[in-house]
Amino acid sequence: MLLFVARRLLYLIPVLIAVSLLTFFIASLLPGDLAYTILGDQATPENVAALRKDMGLDQPVWIRYFGWLGNILQGDFGRSFRTGQTVLQAVTERLPVSFELMILAEIMGLVIGVPLAIVCAARSGSAFDRFMTGSAFAMLSVPAFLSAILLIYLFAVELRWLPATGYVPFTEDPAGNLRFMVLPALTLALAEWPGIMRVLRSDMIATLQEDYIALAKAKGLKASRILFVHALKPSSLTLVTITGINIGRLIGGAVIVETIFALPGIGRLLVGAIYTRDLIILQGVVLLVAAGFVIMNFIVDLLYAVLDPRIRHGHA
Amino acid sequence: MATLELTIDEGVAAEPAKRGRRLGLLFWMAIGWMTFMIAVAILAPVLPLPSPTDMDMLERRAPFSAEHWLGTDGLGRDELSRLIYGARISLVVGLCAPVIGLTIGGALGMLAGYFRGRFESVVVGGMDVLLAFPPLILAMAVTAYLGQSILNLTLILGFLGVPAFMRVARAATLTLARREFVIAAQALGATHARILLRELLPNVALPLLAFFLLAVAVTIVVEGALSFLGLGVPPPISSWGSMIGEGRESLDVAPRLAFLPAAAMFLTVLSFNLVGDTLRALTDPRQGAL
Amino acid sequence: MTGNTLLSVEDVVVDLPTPRGNLRAVDHVDLTVGAGQTLGVVGESGCGKTMLSRAILQLLPKKAKLSGRVMFDGQDLLQLPPEKLRKLRGRSLAVVFQDPMTSLNPVLTIGTQLIETLQEHLELNDATATRRSVELLAAVGIPAPEQRLAQYPHQLSGGMRQRVAIAIALSCEPKLLIADEPTTALDVTIQAQILDLLAREQRRRHMAMILITHDLGVVAGRTDEVAVMYAGRVVERAPTPALFKKMRMPYTEALLAALPKLDAAPHTPLPAISGRPPDPTRPLQGCSFSPRCRYAMSRCQREKPGLEAAETSAHQFACFHPIETHADANV
Repeated sequence: MLLFVARRLLYLIPVLIAVSLLTFFIASLLPGDLAYTILGDQATPENVAALRKDMGLDQPVWIRYFGWLGNILQGDFGRSFRTGQTVLQAVTERLPVSFELMILAEIMGLVIGVPLAIVCAARSGSAFDRFMTGSAFAMLSVPAFLSAILLIYLFAVELRWLPATGYVPFTEDPAGNLRFMVLPALTLALAEWPGIMRVLRSDMIATLQEDYIALAKAKGLKASRILFVHALKPSSLTLVTITGINIGRLIGGAVIVETIFALPGIGRLLVGAIYTRDLIILQGVVLLVAAGFVIMNFIVDLLYAVLDPRIRHGHA
Repeated sequence: MATLELTIDEGVAAEPAKRGRRLGLLFWMAIGWMTFMIAVAILAPVLPLPSPTDMDMLERRAPFSAEHWLGTDGLGRDELSRLIYGARISLVVGLCAPVIGLTIGGALGMLAGYFRGRFESVVVGGMDVLLAFPPLILAMAVTAYLGQSILNLTLILGFLGVPAFMRVARAATLTLARREFVIAAQALGATHARILLRELLPNVALPLLAFFLLAVAVTIVVEGALSFLGLGVPPPISSWGSMIGEGRESLDVAPRLAFLPAAAMFLTVLSFNLVGDTLRALTDPRQGAL
Repeated sequence: MTGNTLLSVEDVVVDLPTPRGNLRAVDHVDLTVGAGQTLGVVGESGCGKTMLSRAILQLLPKKAKLSGRVMFDGQDLLQLPPEKLRKLRGRSLAVVFQDPMTSLNPVLTIGTQLIETLQEHLELNDATATRRSVELLAAVGIPAPEQRLAQYPHQLSGGMRQRVAIAIALSCEPKLLIADEPTTALDVTIQAQILDLLAREQRRRHMAMILITHDLGVVAGRTDEVAVMYAGRVVERAPTPALFKKMRMPYTEALLAALPKLDAAPHTPLPAISGRPPDPTRPLQGCSFSPRCRYAMSRCQREKPGLEAAETSAHQFACFHPIETHADANV
């Protein structure tokens, strides 16, 4: 197991370096110059030159990259030239909101998707199964911003049960926080459950054909124990694998959902930075999000090993 | 969906002549909708439609009428006409971007799967880096730096598709490269180029085409999301995504302004998914249907 | 058959719908097993013996259609409500499957898989169940049983896994154990050990056993009665000694001839049974074995022979031209 973790960790380093390179060079795609963007209308050749020297923009690109990377390794991701806030401050302030949103969404997605998958697999081919697989397929074609509009219209405009926008921190008002979080999290969950259900259902149907399930039945175990203990765990390997891919979609979805529901999370920080052309914040957030995504995928890999003892022990 | 699965199961045993009928009604409805949307989008300039940009401040948010079949939007523009011109943008981006992914990703994947070795490691490693970015974030960042335009949007969405196309092409090539007909061609002394183009390409093309349709669906969604946030196509051009974004402002008074483009987008994305998924199931080498 | 009957299979038919039409896997089979007795069921792969065992266990695929009666301990298993059936399985009706590589759950420890069976049927606390599991593993010849409880199936060899599967089957002292080709997937050197283990535990626990195999050699010294199956039907049935003394059905003879003999000269080719078993979706009008039978006459292709008693009522076979009598018929 330790060897497994070490091997995966070693692989992480080149990927993170490549991610930093790509992030840095996307920023240099900017037509013109960062100094012009920052100074905007007041740009005169003199103060542009001064700012360029000040920011080190007159140096060759690879020197700037290593300077930037060196700062980052010391925890300095730069500072917004609009608000003066450091990237790290801005991100840590908003991180809990995004995490809460994504975790709630993933839980809701699992709560909807897993039981449906189990029931459909246990009764595969039944009318219920056909209806649910059809619905899941249709739901795959409903992007988050569509379901957001639909949910807002239904619960905020028509029924007036839940607020359409706004946020209070969980620490100040837990109930109020959840009220604001329900619709955004549900929006993301609606995009998550079809994938969860489809993958788990088909793996579960395959697992239920296995000899060890027949033996579990022959042992006289209860149906619930067979489904949840004997069948669910060996069927969830693909689910865990796609969770890694799902996190990427979830982050993208969170950006949209935070913007629609006005939640002060990372996604809104990012969109805000784009609207205001706050490029230092943008660069820092993109790097941190990508790094976080890589690390989450690493954790998913470890989870895979926990689920399958054969991988843990170096077989297969 | 369920009917589709059933038809696929039977399709394995059935003779090819009957396959068309066995694809199911939904499949043909999806094809019908796709054809209709594409035709309307192409023909938009010659159709007897009001201009999608002409504002009529006296007829704002007008209901359905003989003059404006689907009413007008918040600026008094004809909604039907805007929907059709929006389809042009959504479909142009949605169809062109995956072509980039298909060409580059498909070529890289075939070369990686055929030559293996260090080249494969480099390609797969490079794609891993590209996959390390949540796609929507990368698209937003790049359009932010490059500037908003349909061309930039198409290019970046196209590049984002490269890793996925690469994987599909590589996986298909890997299985095919071990088949007898490839080994036989090698034994006969065929050149690499000949084997790749004449033996492998025709067989890799089908799974890639199926995946292309799924990629169109994803691209329409991502373009919609970006435009919805105002980060996609630049105004005054509007795609379905930006129409939904504008419609959001008037959900309480005229929800149809958001729901009409939403429905158009949903049906189109669903159609591409449905057709793509059916073809993918048919061309999946594991199912051996083709 | 002496003693009271524990299991009687009466006129059981199993039909499996397939894309190519209906497949009759088990065709009007009658069998009985007395308490504490061992019945061997022998036949080639595809003859329906596994489907028969699954029918007894009520573990047929969902699409399969089953008719007839399976009387076990005075109850018809086909009519039993699911909850009662569940309480019976694992408790008094246990099974060992063919492949120990696939019949143990790869993600659960040996201990979990043993203890859950014990706790499902016997009201044992964790400590007692664990102690019983260790005893069971020791009884089936697994060294260091305490350590095994925490191990996963993939950490054990095939033979060891089959021993674990046997321990699970024996755990609740069942009245009947169905061993479905328990040694087919194992190394030859292990096969005899596992068979002897089964025979020993069967005698010690006074449990009845159905030993399913394709190998007449396996049933020879280890069963009280043998049923030979072909194409879904029982074609010969006799007390084991009687069968080996005087087999009547040409198919049984062919099966026995196909076994390698220790006293044969080197490089003696094995007399394989020519041809293939009939396509079970296209039933023949006459005797299913007739296309491959060297004694077959025209009547064999027209009519299906029923299972009829020979000299003793215990010895039954389905053949118009049984061995020894065919010479007379030819006159």
